[in-house]
Amino acid sequence: MLAAAAAGLLLLGISLAFYWVPNAPVEGFRQRIFYIHVPVALTAYACFFWAAWKALRLLWTRDQRYDLESYTAVHMGVIFGVLTLVTGSIWARTSWGVWWTWSERQLVLFLVLFLFYSAYFMLRYSVDPGPRRASMSAVYALFGVVLIPVSFLAIRLAEGLIHPVVFTHDVGDKLSTSQLVTFGVCFAGTLALAGALYVNELTGKRLDERLSELREALS
Amino acid sequence: MTSAERYVTAAYLVVLAVVLAYVVIYAFKLSRLEREVGELAELARRKKEEVA
Amino acid sequence: MTYLADVGTLARKDLLLELRSRDTVPAMLLFVVSTLVVFNFALPAGASAEAAYGLLWAALVFTAILGLTRAFVAEREQRVLDGLVLAPADRSAIWLGKAIAVVAFLALAEVVALPAFALFFEPVSWELVAAVALASVGFAAVGTLLAAMAAASRARELLLPLLFLPLVIPIVVGGVGASIADDPGRYLGFLALYDLIFAILSWASFEYVVTE
Repeated sequence: MLAAAAAGLLLLGISLAFYWVPNAPVEGFRQRIFYIHVPVALTAYACFFWAAWKALRLLWTRDQRYDLESYTAVHMGVIFGVLTLVTGSIWARTSWGVWWTWSERQLVLFLVLFLFYSAYFMLRYSVDPGPRRASMSAVYALFGVVLIPVSFLAIRLAEGLIHPVVFTHDVGDKLSTSQLVTFGVCFAGTLALAGALYVNELTGKRLDERLSELREALS
Repeated sequence: MTSAERYVTAAYLVVLAVVLAYVVIYAFKLSRLEREVGELAELARRKKEEVA
Repeated sequence: MTYLADVGTLARKDLLLELRSRDTVPAMLLFVVSTLVVFNFALPAGASAEAAYGLLWAALVFTAILGLTRAFVAEREQRVLDGLVLAPADRSAIWLGKAIAVVAFLALAEVVALPAFALFFEPVSWELVAAVALASVGFAAVGTLLAAMAAASRARELLLPLLFLPLVIPIVVGGVGASIADDPGRYLGFLALYDLIFAILSWASFEYVVTE
C-alpha cells in the first residue's frame, strides 16, 4: 500500500515536474532538479529524525525491538543522503559548471552527515550484537540529530570566513502555486518511498533474526 | 535535448537507478531467506523423524 | 555531594596514573610539535597566515584523538571499567571524571603547542587562547563518550577517529573563526554553545554507553 502510494505519487510528481510546472524565471529548465533534490533531502532528514526517535524509545524502554527500527531508519537516511549529494552535485554541475562547491550549505551539511552516519555503520559492525551495541547505536543516532542544527550553524559561520560565497541557486523567495503543488506531490512521494523501503527492510531484518533463532533452536 | 535537460533527467534517473538497485539487492536477500527457510524446514522434519 | 566527590576521585585517579606512567602527555606534546613542523613543510611558500591557523587547529584535533585513544586503554586492559560501572557511583560521574582528566592532558599539550605555534608561524591572540580552551572542553566532552564506545568495540583505535572527526567539525569551524575572523566573539559564542549542548548530551547519555 505504501509502495503503491509511493509509486503513484512519484509518477504524478515527476510528470508535474517535467510537463506541467513552468520554467523558473532565472534558472530556467534546470531548476526542475529542485523537485527531486529537495524532497530527497528533506526525506533524509525525516529518516534521521525517525531513527533518533526510535533510539530514544530504545533507551527509555530498553525494548530491543527499537534497535532494528532505528538502524533501518539510519540506513534509509544514508541512502537518501547519498541521493541528495548526487542530485545536488548534478544540479551544481548544470548550474555552475562544477561538480562540487563548498558554498552550497545543504551539500556541505549532507557531506558531514554522510560521514557521521557512515561511522554509525562502522560502529555497529565492530561491536558484537546485543543490548550494548543497541544502546551505543542509539546514543550515536541521538548525537546525529543534535549535530544537524549545530553543523548547519557551523557551516553558516564558516561561509563568511573560509570560502567565498560565489554560487547561489535562484530558488526564488516565494514559490508559485504550481511550483508548490509539484513540490508537495514529489515530497509526499519521496516520503512514501522511504516509508515503503523502510517497512520492507525492517521486515527482512526481523525475518533474519527469527530465522537465526529458529536455527539455534533446531541445532 | 539541451544540456540542461540532460542533467535534469540524469538527476531523476539516478534516483530511479538507486531505488531499482535497492530492489534488486532486496530480491537477492529474499531468495536467500527463502532458501534458509527451506533448509530449516528440512532440519525440523529430520528432527521430528529422529524423535519418532 | 558524594557525586562531586566521586568525580574528583575518578579524575584524580586518571591524573595520578598519568603522573606515574607518563606515557600519554609526553606523546601528545611530541606529536603536536612534530605535526607543526610537518606543517611548515606542508605549507607552500606563499601561504597566508590564515592557512597556518587552520593547520594549528588540524594539529589540535589529531592531538586530541591521540590523547583520547589512550583514555580508556587502561580500563580495557584491566577491566577496570567493568568494576567502575558496578560501583555505586553514578555512571555519568565516570564520564565527568574522565573528561576532566582529558581536558587537563589537552591543556598541558596546548601549553606547549601554542607557544611553539607562535614561534614557528603566527602570533597567538587572547581570543585564540580562549578558543583553544573552549575547544578542549568540546573535544573532551564528546571524545570521552566516543572513546568509551570505541573501547567496547573490536576496532578500537581505528574507530575513534571515524566517530570523532565528523562530530568535531563545528569545533574546528569555531576555532578557526576565532583565530582569523574580524569578530571572533561570534565564534567563541558558538564554541561555548557547542560545549554546552554536547557536554550535557554526553553527560546524560554516558551511562547508556557503558552498561548493557
